[in-house]
Amino acid sequence: MTRARVFDLSAKAVAWAVAISTMVFLILIIGYVVIRGVPSIASVGLEFFTTAPRGIKMQGGVYPMIVSSIYLTVLSLVIAFPIGLGAAIYLAEYAGRGRFVELIRFSADLLSGVPSIVFGLFGLAFFVYFLKMGYSVLAGALTVFLMVLPTLVRTSEQAIKAVPRSYREASLALGASKWQTIRRVVLPSAAPGILTGVILAMGRAFGETAAVLFTAGSVPQTPASPLDGGRTLTVHLFYLATQGQIEDSFRVAAVLLFVVLGFNLTAGWMMARFRRRFG
Amino acid sequence: MAVVGIILIFTFVISAGLPLFFKVGPYRFLFGMEWRPTGGQFGILPLILGTLLVVAGALVVGGSAGVVTAIFLSELCPQVLKRTFKVVVELLAGIPSVVYGFFGIIVLIPFIRSQVGGSGYGILSASIILGIMILPTVTAIAEDAVSSVPIDYKLAGLSLGATDWQTIRQVILPAATGGIATALVLGIGRAIGETMAVLMVIGNAPQIPDSLVKPVSALTSTIALDMAYASGDHRTALFAIAIVLLLIITLLLISIRLLHARLGSAE
Repeated sequence: MTRARVFDLSAKAVAWAVAISTMVFLILIIGYVVIRGVPSIASVGLEFFTTAPRGIKMQGGVYPMIVSSIYLTVLSLVIAFPIGLGAAIYLAEYAGRGRFVELIRFSADLLSGVPSIVFGLFGLAFFVYFLKMGYSVLAGALTVFLMVLPTLVRTSEQAIKAVPRSYREASLALGASKWQTIRRVVLPSAAPGILTGVILAMGRAFGETAAVLFTAGSVPQTPASPLDGGRTLTVHLFYLATQGQIEDSFRVAAVLLFVVLGFNLTAGWMMARFRRRFG
Repeated sequence: MAVVGIILIFTFVISAGLPLFFKVGPYRFLFGMEWRPTGGQFGILPLILGTLLVVAGALVVGGSAGVVTAIFLSELCPQVLKRTFKVVVELLAGIPSVVYGFFGIIVLIPFIRSQVGGSGYGILSASIILGIMILPTVTAIAEDAVSSVPIDYKLAGLSLGATDWQTIRQVILPAATGGIATALVLGIGRAIGETMAVLMVIGNAPQIPDSLVKPVSALTSTIALDMAYASGDHRTALFAIAIVLLLIITLLLISIRLLHARLGSAE
């Protein structure tokens, strides 16, 4: 065996070892939380999802946190969807290559790079104090909306651009206006791709902690209106874990994992189908 | 909207934090050795060092493993395994950072405490957790870069009698350098901005780091921890830290742009 061949084999062996151990490690994280969390939830029973936590240590049910998390996620997406889609349509169909478009793209990239705690600080200063919303689901949702906007715009823009030119030309040739073409032909074809972006954004909103801690607050109540504060599942897990309540933490972590991974798996599956259709 | 958002964020954060720069002086703020906000000491050098060390550690752990995994996925991995591997990597990118932090508290910290010593909280733990967290980002982007190298390059290398490894190292990697660099820079960006997981495992003691297993603090974790009770100058100082973070992220983004511009003109 030549030296080069020995090198080749050992390099491949190292690559295999690194990749396999990476995978094993990653599966271990998910597996460990699920294996410890699911039986723990089962032992508490359905009450875990339907009752409020008890006592100063916040043990037991997580109903108010589930409501807060869903409320915040849905609200931020309701705000983000029309704006993100509008921006994506503009960028994909109308925008040229001017300076303004460059500025938009740079801003979107910058926005997606801003640390989540800086979003949290901004939300606190702007929504909570300056606009006097107080610690509220609305302030949290608006902050998260800014965070998910870049992802939403990017995935929607790509989905719209993936629609073949021939579709547009066929519609325009039938005498449809540009807007009619976009609304009746391009958007329906791009819908699965756009929906993928929405689901990904929901996963991100649901899993966000730092940005909601100082905007939605951490009061463990069930928010009745968007102006009430609430404690999301993520913030709840943060408090439980740092207070050393391991058993309670496992339960909440398992719920978070299932929801967020569920969102991401769905999004991945839809994206694969969309790609197969339009290559 | 993105433009308005970014302008709003910059103006609000800067106007809320800038007064402190003038009050303390930029030099004493950035290079002051002591962060004792309740005692009027606003030096963030310990926090900057904490962040830098943790990010460097994350790059060693997650950056290298990410690049190797990317090469493996695009060049060596059998097609059957590839789909599964890619799904796992994508899933990891979606796990909320508090869950990573929780995993760090229950698994990593006890492990480090028993194997390395100290309390377990500190740079080592934070580096490992952050390394795992940036791995999916680095892997996904580096994999794109490696697989977008034209197959002709690879075939030319192999047909000259080079082994697979020689081809990867001398032909494919040089051609993918730009993309791999981008992947690493994005990984650094993610690591600098990460808050919750770091907050949960770094120990939160604002001192100049002199050991890998002693509690320290990072820029982001300090904001998150102190914001709950800060007032007055202390509060302004947290916004000033946010300005520093925004500046770092902007510089990173500009460096990626320049990298692309240079590579674009080279092609």
